[in-house]
This record gives sequence, structure tokens and C-alpha cells, in this order.
Amino acid sequence: MIEPRIIAILESIVGKENVATEKQDVFCYSYDATQMEYLPDAVVYPANAREVSLILKMANAENIPVFPRGAGSGFSGGSLPKGGGIVLVTTRMDKIVRIDTENLVAVVEPGVVTFQLQQEVEKLGLFYPPDPASMRFSTLGGNVAECAGGPRAVKYGVTREYVLGLEVVLPNGDIIRTGGETMKGVVGYDLTRLICGSEGTLGIITSIIVKLLPLPETKKTMLAVFSTIEGAARAVSAIIRGRIIPSTLEFMDHTAIQCVATHSHSMIPETAGAALIIEVDGDSDLVEKQVSSIREIIQPLDLLSFAAAKDDVEAEQLWETRRKVSPSLRRVNPHKINEDIVVPRSRVPEIIRRISAIHEKYSIPIVNFGHAGDGNIHVNIMIDKDIPGEEEKAEKAVRELVEATLELGGSISGEHGVGLSKAPYITMELRPAEIAVMKAVKHAFDPNNILNPGKIFPD
Amino acid sequence: MDVLKQVEKEIRKCVKCGVCRAHCPVFSELRREPAVARGKVAIARAVLSGGIELDDRTYADMSRCLLCGSCVEKCPNDVPTDRIVMAAREVLARKRGLSSFHTAVRHVLKNRGLMKTGAYLAAVLHPLFLRKVPGTSGLRLRFPIPFVSRKRHFPKIAAKPFMDRYPEVVPGEPDKPRIVFFVGCMTNFVYPEIGESALRILRKLGCTVIIPKGQQCCGFPAISGGDRQTFDKLADSNIAALEKYRADFIMTGCASCGSALKEFYPAMLGESKPGLAERFQALAGKTLDAVVLLQRLGFKPEKVQSGMKSVVTYHDPCHLRRRKVTGEPRELLRSLPGAVFAEMENADSCCGLGGTFSVYHYGTSMAINSRKTRSIARSGADIVLTGCPGCMMQISDGLMREGIRKKVRHILEILSE
Repeated sequence: MIEPRIIAILESIVGKENVATEKQDVFCYSYDATQMEYLPDAVVYPANAREVSLILKMANAENIPVFPRGAGSGFSGGSLPKGGGIVLVTTRMDKIVRIDTENLVAVVEPGVVTFQLQQEVEKLGLFYPPDPASMRFSTLGGNVAECAGGPRAVKYGVTREYVLGLEVVLPNGDIIRTGGETMKGVVGYDLTRLICGSEGTLGIITSIIVKLLPLPETKKTMLAVFSTIEGAARAVSAIIRGRIIPSTLEFMDHTAIQCVATHSHSMIPETAGAALIIEVDGDSDLVEKQVSSIREIIQPLDLLSFAAAKDDVEAEQLWETRRKVSPSLRRVNPHKINEDIVVPRSRVPEIIRRISAIHEKYSIPIVNFGHAGDGNIHVNIMIDKDIPGEEEKAEKAVRELVEATLELGGSISGEHGVGLSKAPYITMELRPAEIAVMKAVKHAFDPNNILNPGKIFPD
Repeated sequence: MDVLKQVEKEIRKCVKCGVCRAHCPVFSELRREPAVARGKVAIARAVLSGGIELDDRTYADMSRCLLCGSCVEKCPNDVPTDRIVMAAREVLARKRGLSSFHTAVRHVLKNRGLMKTGAYLAAVLHPLFLRKVPGTSGLRLRFPIPFVSRKRHFPKIAAKPFMDRYPEVVPGEPDKPRIVFFVGCMTNFVYPEIGESALRILRKLGCTVIIPKGQQCCGFPAISGGDRQTFDKLADSNIAALEKYRADFIMTGCASCGSALKEFYPAMLGESKPGLAERFQALAGKTLDAVVLLQRLGFKPEKVQSGMKSVVTYHDPCHLRRRKVTGEPRELLRSLPGAVFAEMENADSCCGLGGTFSVYHYGTSMAINSRKTRSIARSGADIVLTGCPGCMMQISDGLMREGIRKKVRHILEILSE
């Protein structure tokens, strides 16, 4: 429990109305999309870097854990206040400070919702590509902290590729700036890249400079339905091998398709073995050429049907269906263990085969979908924790999945982060010397371990 | 607590993905997790598990919901947060008693005579406590009265309620459909012109129109405050009144009344007596919103108008949008010879009224409304049309507050001209 004295200090920093401690508040900031729950002692909503700095300075002196949080839509427990402490919500810092159309950069505060920035820049003919499935509600601060990906990563890369500079408040209250508005810069260590994906363990981001691209002239969204999962997996590798980089190359297996089949806009036949949603973008003549090349490449691979969306509405319906997959998996079983593995792109068919084998060995429902184009597959092991033995079985399945992934030269998390849920497995991927250097970095930033403690590294 | 337990299965469906954060109008203003569907569901769950009590704060959190259903429509797991909130309000009301406003609502709703007297007094005496807002048709309070913001603009109360103007059966041609008209309080007392328009169109189509005298308030204002007892009682009276006459269809001109009859009666009632569930289902099956009915009856607006065409836009009431009645009104408006239809941005976002929500959260209600007002202003339309008298009142209030002169009318009014 936090002493009333501390609450009073918080209130003096951000104002009484921006500190919340009632039960209803702490319950509402105890969760994220993982369905794990840890109650904080207090929730605070600072308005700017100065307030964040004062809060951290106090917390550091008093040794109170602080857990930064955006929309609370993470998939690895990265924002959860395990062990109690202060949840620091960044959503009041929600201004798009500037969109610079001369230099193609934008300066934003961390609480801006990703989709909102995208809409604003697109009005000016510009483009911010990272598009996590949560983009309509997740914040840029959270996206940077977790290094969010999304379907477009196959062509455009992940959030990291677009972050040029940051303003960050360190656990001791110091406010630092990393990088800048230039396209290049090699002075000193690249702290921007270090903070990006650091899961809120090194500092709290209070301003972000992002790089923008010109908005592609047009795009074409296609739906390819396959009779077998093998066909779809081989199609992914074949397209990349064919020297075509679509802007998205999304994969859904049979169970994922069934989960969204009841949604009114799903255009995917319920009986399909697997489906790919493929999008290409660019100049219109190039886009047309790519559509026909892709069709040719995948034709021999158990293709059942292939269709291009006739307009934006139809394309958006396809994407809406895709975005609904993850949350609707509950239809299979009440609890999901959500893995986010990534393998080299050519190994996609192989990892899919390995996952099928694990599924059969443990006779446990496993749903696969995700950004197959960049080798990143969301593997969801669906269980009912109320059935005795299910959890243990799932744990064994996860361990085998991790082993298979690493054997194929992959990594245990492509974009969700380690947080709490993947911490038990990082020693399987990282060697002791690597973990030691990471812990030394953490110690250099946060010697008292007050910022988002308990994340990434197993206790 | 039993009522909340009944929706426990629904509460457990929430996987806390956060999708509702992109769609809840209240959250878009308040920006705090207890205001959004995911937060309310978490609070309801904690109430069931004993982590949170049914205290003032829970009451306040549960009151911050428009019951607009945007979250329900977008939820990947179909969590019916509106029903969860209504259940929570019900257990809160049982534990703490009704709020003073909802106690007043209960007395008025349960007693049609009282409502009539009140409306009559309001119609006659309104100059005493309402003053005309210059240059508009709106009225404002001269002095404070309980529950009502003095900033709010009111429409005039009708001198003679709609239902007092007609006999119970207005006969049409024998081979044409027989329509039972569920009038609703707002149309009866505040906007009788909606009823007049409906009647004019139906008579032109040769329909027999039945306006059962026994019909009461649909009960939505009661259940939105957790007053289940009044809701059940009103539903009982209504089903009796509506079943009394043989009819091909039951027509509503108020989106919320329509949702009560079509969605909430069958979902919430019917367990108490054998056969009651089937009766509510049958009633729901026959109930149609006026625009849907008109399309079924093959209604085409008349080609008379000449000269200036007015530009019209359309606001989707939440209680029609959630029943997927969005195409019909637009088709009718596009076929209107005297008008040009201009779509506004976010036509389907809530106007912010939320029934009694606006009584306790007038500031938030108006902040939500001002988004709507801006969309209307940008649409370039002269006339805003909608299918719900509640929305009409709220949108008029918003436009008058911001000094934007546009007419707000029910879609039936323009269709009947």
C-alpha cells in the first residue's frame, strides 16, 4: 500500500483530479489484453514531461515502482503493475505537435492514437506505415515502447524503422533527448533504437519524432483461399522468392477463419483450409502487374479461389475480418496462450508443419494466423484452465513451440514483447552473456529498479 | 445481485482487448478506463467477485453509459455491455433505491394521467418558467428547477397530445394493411407533428391505423435508471394494449421505443409467466420502424415540390443503427423529389442524449453532441432529419447552443409533405 503522504505528493504534481486511487480505478488499470490482472495502488495521469519527471524523481527517492501505460492493449503484460505501485497513464499527452511536410517528419506526444496520426498525415498525402491490429485504439507511446509491428511490416518494417528521435524521462527524473529530426546521425550510441522496444523499462517516452513516407498512389487487396494450410504456407514463401514484396501478406488458418465466420462481413468460406490476405501498393500500373504475378505464382498451390477487393469498402471489410481474429478466438476456448513467434520467411511452411505436429501430440487446439509475409506467426494455444491438466499440457506445448522456433533460426517474439508472459522463456533464446549486458543497461538507466520492474528478465 | 449473476456469462466473454476504446462516445470525452465498456465490464465482474461494492462510485461509473450500443456492435466477442450496465443499474437501484430523478420518472411513467396533466400544465404554463431563445424556436429555463440544466433548450410541449386528437381506430380501405401505431411519449406530448405525419402517410396508403388507448411509455426511461419494476409493469400494459387489435404490423416512429419493443422486451422479459416469452417474441416480430414499414408498403414520396430544393442530411439514431436500419431512410431521402441528400461525417455516432444520461451528465452529453453539431454544420444541409424524437431534442439543443440555424425534423415529416 502507498502511504497517503505519497498520494498527496502525486496530487501536488498533477492535481487532485489526475490521481485515482478508488477501487474502481485500480480494478480498471489492473489488466491488458493478456487477461492477467495485478492491482496497482494508484493511477496517475500526467500532462507533460515535467510532471512525469517529478513523479519519477519522487518514486525513485521513495523506491516505489512505476508502470507506464498507454491504452492497455498489450499482449505480453508489459504495462501490468505486478507487485503493486503507481500506474502512469500517458493518454493525456495526446497532441500531434507538428507535421512537417518539408522534411516528412511528425512530432507527436505518446498518448496519440496511432490511427489518428495516420488519418492526419494521409490528409496531407503522407504515410505512417506501422499498423498493429490495435491501431484504432493503441497509442504511439505504447507502439514505440513495444516496437509494434503489424501487417504492413513485411514491406515497410516495424515501428523502430520510423522513430527518428525521442524525448524520454529517466527513472531519476532526468529528461533526455535521443536522435533528432535528421535522416542520419551517428553521434554517440543509438539510444533511440535502444529505447524503442524496451517495454517501458528504461524510461518514459514523452515525445516522439517519426519519419513519414509519401502515401502510395494506390493499393489492391486480394483474398486467396486455399484448400490446405500447406498450400497457403508455401504460397507465402513462393511470393517472397518470386521477388515480390507485398505491402501485407497475412495468414489465417482454418480455425481462425471459423472464429470470424459469424461476423457479418467475413468473405472467407468457413470450410477453407487457410487464407491469405495480400495487399500490394504503389503506382497503379505496377500494382496491377503485381496482382497478376502473385496470382500466377500461387495458382498451383492448392488455391481454391482468388479475388481482388473491388473497392475500399470491400478491402476494409477484409481487414476488419482479419483484425477480429485475435479477440474472437475465445470462441474456441476461454483462455489463450498467445505466442508471437517469428522465423526466417523461407521457414514458414516448416514451422507450420511443426506446429501441426505439436497440436496432434498434445491434442490441444492451436490457432495460427498473422503476418506470415515477414515470418511472424501468432500461435494461439487455446485452453480451458478450469479443466485439470490443461495448463500443464499447454505449457509443454509452448516449450516445444519455442524449441522448434529457435531451431529454425527464429525468435520467440516478433512484435508483442516479452513483458511478463514470455519472460520464462528468454533464457532459451538469449545466452547468459547477452542477458548480462542487457541487465547492465537496465541498471545504468534504473539503478533502483523502480521502472516497470519484473518485466523481460525472469526473477 | 441475481440480475447481475444472470449476465455473468456475458461479462466473462470480455477478453479486454480494448477495441471499445475506439468506439465509445463517453470514453472519447472522459478518456479514462472506468468510462469505457471494458472498464465497466471489469467493474461489474469485480462487483460479482466481491472486490468492489455497490457504492456511490460504482453508481457513478455505471451512470456514465449512453446505452448507445456502439461497443456492442464493434465487440469481437459480442459482449452486450449495454445489458450488463442495465443489470448493474438494476442491482444498484435495488440496493440504494432509485435516484431522485428516476423516482420522479417512476411516478410520472406509472401514471399516464399524471403525465397528461404535467404535459398540459407545461403546455399552458411554459411562459412562466421557460423563455423563448431569440431567433429560434427553442425555450430555456427562466429559473433553476431540479435535474435540468439551465443551459438546455427545450421544445414546446404540445397543447393537445397527439393521442387525444384521434379515435382509437382510424379506418382505411378494407383490403389494405392494418397498422397498430405505438406512439411513444415524446411524439404524443412534445412532437405530435411526427404522429400527424405518420398518420397522413398511412391514410394515403389506405391503411387502417389503430392507436390503442391503453399504450404507455415503452419503459426505456425506467430501465435505463435500473427501475425494473416500472419497466416490467409498463411492458405488461403495452403488450396487452398492442395485442388487443388484430394487426399486420406494429409501427414505431421513435427509435428507442422501437428498440424496447423489438430488442429489450424479448431479451429481458418473459420468464415470469408461461407463454409470455412467445408473446413478446411475436410482438417483436411484428414491430417495424416507420421507414422500414413504409418501404415494405411500397411508399414513394410524391412528386410535387417545385422550385428550390433543400439540402437534407440524416442522423442515425443509435437505436436504429444497432438494428441495422440505416439504408432505408437514405433510400427514401434520395428518392425525395424536393430534396438533395448530403451525407454528414460520422452520421452514425451518438448525439449524446442517452435518455436520462444527459440529466446527470449534461456537460459530457453536450461535449459528445458538439461533435455531431460540427458534422451537421460541415454537411452543408439546411435540414437535419432523423428517426428519433429524443435525438431531435438533443440535436436542436446543440445547434441552438452554437447558434447554428438549421431545421431539425423527423424523417416522417418531410416524407409526408
